[in-house]
Amino acid sequence: MAKEKKLSPKFGAYGGQFVPETLVPALTELEAAYIHYRDDAEFQEEFAQLMSTYVGRPTPLTYAARLTEECGGAKIYLKREDLAHSGAHKINNALGQALLAKRMGKKRIIAETGAGQHGVASATVCALLGLDCVVYMGTVDMARQAPNVQRMKLLGAEVRGVESGSKTLKDAVNEAIRDWVTNVSDTYYLLGSALGPHPYPTMVRDFQKVIGREAKEQILAAEGQLPDTIIACVGGGSNAIGIFHEFVDDEHVALIGVEAGGTGMESGQHAARFADSKVGRPGVLHGCYTFVLQDDDGQIALTHSISAGLDYAAIGPEHTHLRELERAHYTYAKDDEALDAFQLLSRLEGILPALESSHAIAEATKKAAKMPKDSIIVVNLSGRGDKDLDTVLKALGREN
Amino acid sequence: MTELKRIADSFAEGKTAFMPYFTIGYPDYETSLEVVKACADAGADLMELGMPFSDPLADGPTIQHSTQVALENGITVKKCLNAVSELRSAGVEIPLILMGYINPVLAYGVEKFVIDAAQAGVSGFIIPDMPPNEAKEMSALCKEYELDIIFLIPPNSTDERIRLVTELSSGFVYLVSVLGITGERDALPVALSGFIKKVRSQTKKSLAVGFGISTPEQAATVGEVANGVIVGSALIKTVGQADNPVAAAGEFVRSLKEALLRK
Repeated sequence: MAKEKKLSPKFGAYGGQFVPETLVPALTELEAAYIHYRDDAEFQEEFAQLMSTYVGRPTPLTYAARLTEECGGAKIYLKREDLAHSGAHKINNALGQALLAKRMGKKRIIAETGAGQHGVASATVCALLGLDCVVYMGTVDMARQAPNVQRMKLLGAEVRGVESGSKTLKDAVNEAIRDWVTNVSDTYYLLGSALGPHPYPTMVRDFQKVIGREAKEQILAAEGQLPDTIIACVGGGSNAIGIFHEFVDDEHVALIGVEAGGTGMESGQHAARFADSKVGRPGVLHGCYTFVLQDDDGQIALTHSISAGLDYAAIGPEHTHLRELERAHYTYAKDDEALDAFQLLSRLEGILPALESSHAIAEATKKAAKMPKDSIIVVNLSGRGDKDLDTVLKALGREN
Repeated sequence: MTELKRIADSFAEGKTAFMPYFTIGYPDYETSLEVVKACADAGADLMELGMPFSDPLADGPTIQHSTQVALENGITVKKCLNAVSELRSAGVEIPLILMGYINPVLAYGVEKFVIDAAQAGVSGFIIPDMPPNEAKEMSALCKEYELDIIFLIPPNSTDERIRLVTELSSGFVYLVSVLGITGERDALPVALSGFIKKVRSQTKKSLAVGFGISTPEQAATVGEVANGVIVGSALIKTVGQADNPVAAAGEFVRSLKEALLRK
């Protein structure tokens, strides 16, 4: 029997369950199952086992010696989620939720994807566990992330192109929710980031907090002290909350989230929910109350970022709460800064970062230069950049 | 303005109320108001008026398209409130229920929205992405300004949940006939009458059924067990395809209304 205890549906004033009533029983069932298996030794053992033998955890913490030297300040370490199986941190959450879905007796998994990384991670774990997988993806994203579409298909998933609205991540989520409402009795919605209705923001964070737990141990082993600053990019915010969570109580560790600045605040072409107060303010998107980019009439704004994974109008509610508490701080990096960081890390460290993670690298280079040499920055390198080669080459004018 | 009829009083004993849904601003603002008037003239007992939202996740393709068109026509929350004022001035007296998603309401300001709606002559609200747990402020305001807030019950609700939602819903209770989004379906779900009876056993409030009802035959079948029938996508499709949208809307409402009276 599921225990009586419930999880808090809110982070301060943010979060909640703004969903059609049809989903209320499904979310209640999900919460009960999650509470149960969270404390279930057998479940946790299977999860830990697969995280080690399949995902390849723990991922290393790499000292970026040449990048550090180049910036001339704080020592920069990289938490290497790019080395996790399927190329990004997304697999941590996908594996946790798929194991949960299987225990709940659901045979059909649906997921949304923007850049394709969560779609690939979902397709991967569904192949591993023998579950049917349908991934919703905007047709605009399918065009710019074609290799990931092919990967998902090879992994046995069905990719459904979404033609509604802006044909990007937000519309893929709408379509996934419409599917879930229709097929709620046998279908599990494997949401890819720390957002959406309760209990997703809490559950996704819990499946991702392994990043921060490992990073803490690793930096203590390497340096004998905690870092001064942790930096992560924030789309929905799962990689960021995953590395932040373990350090929230270590008040002297600065937590910095980096949003997509697109072509700049004045252009309006960005996905910086916190930075642009003209369009970013509290509202509801996809079941949760948080900061949302919207027009004066409450219509959701179209977003832009060179990285599809940060190109989303809402931010996870726990980030909004941490910002309000002034425990975490948020800034942004623009498309061109991310591109520079992409090239810099490739040349200096032999690592091609995902364009999403390149936003965090961009902020780290700025920050490190202003910090003393005995200080430490840990950057969450959330994914690898192979998927972005087309986009990067096109942006650099080096096609063909 | 004369005292308007409350929603609950529009469900007469022994009759099934007919409640069409139509999107404000589709195919354009003026036509949509004419359509609503035509529906009222043709015998609609209440009406649901759709306020457009960029991300209508409970709606199927037909209503999605109509709200998209409405947004392109510059329809805002304020315009929707104006529409209700205009309809009242034009003599439409049946209850008018605004149906829309929560974010535009939050952007307008919940309290201001309820006050301005009451002023405009709105009778109540349906907000599909705001279940009762998230509706405390709105419910309290509705009570204060004597407006109704209607909540939905889908067929997968637990008994406990049915009890809660029927208790908090005012005016009537909106039963969602199927799991899924709005839009026409070939057939009514087999379990529908059992579902309606299950909810009936828990409340004395009027029960109106929507989602997936499009033909006079389907409406008549549902009307045998429910107090009200809601039809949206089929009306929008009819209007969208007609050379004379206003006449077509009137004809559509008459045909469904007749089917309900025949039962």
